[in-house]
Amino acid sequence: MTIEIIIQAVISGILMGCIYALIAAGLSLIFGLMGIVNFAHGEHLMLSMFFSFWLWTLLGLDPIFSLPIVLTILAISGIFTHYFLIRFILKAKMLVQICATFGLSVFLRSLAQFLWTPDFRNVKNPLIEGRIEVAGIFIGQPQLFASFVCLLSFLFLYLFITKTETGLALQATAQDYQAAETLGINSNKIFALGWAIGLGCVGIAGSMMSNYFFIFPDVGINFALYAFVAVALGGFGSILGSLIAGLIVGLIESLGGLLIDPSYKLLYVFFIYLIIVIYRPQGLFGK
Amino acid sequence: MSIILKVNKLSKSFGGIHANRNITFEVKKGEILGIIGPNGAGKSTLFDLITGYTKPDSGSVIFNEQSINNKKPHLISKLGIGRTFQKLKPFHDQTLLENVIVGALATGLSLEKAKLKSLEIIDLVDLIEKRHHFAKELSTGQLKRLELARAMATNPNLLMIDEVTGGVDQKTVPGLIEIIKKLNSLGVTIITIEHNMRVIMSLSNRILALDRGKKIAFDEPKEIQENEKVIDAYLGGVEVATN
Amino acid sequence: MIDHTNLLLTEAKQESLWPINFKFIYIIVIAIVILILFPFSKPQDFHIHLMIMVFLYAVMSQSWNVIAGFSGQISLGHVVFFGIGGYTSSFLFIEYGLTPWIGILIGMFFSIIVAILIGIPMLRLSGHYFAIATLLIGFSFQIIFQRWDLIGAASGLWIPLIWENSWFNLQFHDSKIPYYYIFLTIFILTYLFAWLLYKSKIGFKLRAIRDDPQASASLGISVSQYKIIAFIISAAIISPMGSLFAQYILVIDPERMFSFEISIIILLIVVMGGIGNVWGPLLGTIILIPLSEYSRIYFGGTGGSIDLLIYGLLIMIICIFRPEGLISLIPNKLIRKIKV
Repeated sequence: MTIEIIIQAVISGILMGCIYALIAAGLSLIFGLMGIVNFAHGEHLMLSMFFSFWLWTLLGLDPIFSLPIVLTILAISGIFTHYFLIRFILKAKMLVQICATFGLSVFLRSLAQFLWTPDFRNVKNPLIEGRIEVAGIFIGQPQLFASFVCLLSFLFLYLFITKTETGLALQATAQDYQAAETLGINSNKIFALGWAIGLGCVGIAGSMMSNYFFIFPDVGINFALYAFVAVALGGFGSILGSLIAGLIVGLIESLGGLLIDPSYKLLYVFFIYLIIVIYRPQGLFGK
Repeated sequence: MSIILKVNKLSKSFGGIHANRNITFEVKKGEILGIIGPNGAGKSTLFDLITGYTKPDSGSVIFNEQSINNKKPHLISKLGIGRTFQKLKPFHDQTLLENVIVGALATGLSLEKAKLKSLEIIDLVDLIEKRHHFAKELSTGQLKRLELARAMATNPNLLMIDEVTGGVDQKTVPGLIEIIKKLNSLGVTIITIEHNMRVIMSLSNRILALDRGKKIAFDEPKEIQENEKVIDAYLGGVEVATN
Repeated sequence: MIDHTNLLLTEAKQESLWPINFKFIYIIVIAIVILILFPFSKPQDFHIHLMIMVFLYAVMSQSWNVIAGFSGQISLGHVVFFGIGGYTSSFLFIEYGLTPWIGILIGMFFSIIVAILIGIPMLRLSGHYFAIATLLIGFSFQIIFQRWDLIGAASGLWIPLIWENSWFNLQFHDSKIPYYYIFLTIFILTYLFAWLLYKSKIGFKLRAIRDDPQASASLGISVSQYKIIAFIISAAIISPMGSLFAQYILVIDPERMFSFEISIIILLIVVMGGIGNVWGPLLGTIILIPLSEYSRIYFGGTGGSIDLLIYGLLIMIICIFRPEGLISLIPNKLIRKIKV
């Protein structure tokens, strides 16, 4: 156990954390806006990875170039999801809301399995590959690039939410959608927008990860679990919280895997979740 | 006359807001105590503090010679305090009868006896025909009576009623007043928060007036109506009804 | 006026709280008789297997109904107790030759302990937080058992095949019919229990905390206590099914016994059938399990995902159009009596 190995783990944890942060931000945004936990979040991520893969396989598009396409597809599916599912359960009991997005996740996962089989796929020889070396530490270029893109997207998201008129409308609707309506804000459209952005985040993350991750129907499950933990840790509804929490989750996963045992990574993250929701249910920055 | 409830220097803050500040008063057994105050005066917080839904920062609440400061709501209920809620909390997917039976079960009765007792109380609040209606099918006024019946089913010594006339059709108000008087005549001490001045002046033996978390007056209705501080607090005067 | 209401009150008092619907009782009796006589009609092996699966899932989904429908706690990792039951009885049988009948009881014991250990910290959680926590617990158990060498780790356990003393060893090799009767008996007993629970004082209190925990507290109900009670009852119902299932297929592994799919299926069955209603889980099972078993035959390898695909779709449709479940399609008069 040398310092290099530990630094290696820290860096890879932070890099992964940036990605968790963006995924969590999407989840957090949707929840903050309408109180719905998207239990299908992981499956949307999986779909974005598959779209990226198929665009590469069928059209030869490298993930870097298909990113905008995947982003758009996911954003549109967010709007669809709102109009064809979420809209009907906004006023329903929590059980119904949980079951609805849960059902969606089951549906999407089975669909992927049916259409594309459980086989593992991956994008071979992407434009961005290989490693760079900095002072004895090896960092994969795809990972670095992915994290960079996610972080940049996060920045855009943050600026959008806080500085633009639409972003402020989003915040207002999140606080009190009835009051927002009296100000002339169409809450239905805002909700759809929220879903578009939330899944858009997932689209970016998935697209970037297809550079170096194996892609298969169940790949979304673990990410979803980490995202739930990150959102709970950061505080449901807090975008900033997702960033900090995402990084923490990434670090815990990486360091826990290194210092204790890699097979139990989920347990460490789960443990964190339990501590947080019991002792500080609102998370770090939640309401 | 014995004292059933003694509240001593009760205080609670949320963040920077002092919801209740050093509130002190006592309630005589069998009386009806009205609590008034403008919005934000801390009335509901006081209720929550007494019934265990919030923990006080300092001060004490003594019920029937027992300290109940930090007890949980269900234990306080078992000791003999029942309550209704400002924001109605019926069991929506259950019938009126089932709602009240849940209350009756609090006293350890068998289901059959609980049913009989519940029916009697439902009759008391004049809703016997609606006993098999689901709570979600009832009107606001009927739901207010459901909550009263449900709380009464627990056999409380002290019943705390939170704004029973809020949001109901004016026509139903006299009916509600009658019910409260009926319950009181059965020996139940009553504390009630009210915004409707006419109601509270006619119902209460004594009135506690709160403003911005502090007790500003504690007296008989006649005196309260003429109390300067109370009149000030309501900006423009209390709607005075002399009966 | 006074006379009128007194008359009404007297009438009301004479009404039974849970009126007995004789028509319905006849139907149940006839159904039970049919089920008992079924094996005598020399059915195919597959049909017996199908019935066993129906009984299995009917009981498991009822278990989930207790915790989610009766007490309002949405657990997405309920399979945990199924796995504990299965592993406990199997391990004790393999290592010590302990008859699975006792193994079932010990499995229930461990499941209850785990229910309490998990339930208590989770008391502070509700709604989404609770659901997510149960999701994480479910996966954590799978991971732990996959790495636990004592009980076979990822390869699992193979229950030694024994041909003598079938009833002692709870293994039947000549025919599935004894399994059929065992599962049938447990099925009947479970539903009888659920029905009694629903009508009981505990049933009332559970429904109260499901519908409004704060109001329940004001009526003397200790929400924590009853949440744990629901947890325990629910765990105790599903645990033996894990043990019996293990004795039926005679090979268990973490993939099968802690399968997320099982948690999904029992949730779907209950939501589809009608959550909170004693007969909802049965209705959901009768529809979904045969669907699943037959699609497995028709679609072969990827059959597994076709039925889940349909499930997912069905669940979304139910949530949008009929969140109370299919049982609400049965006209109200029948329901008011059926639900009891």
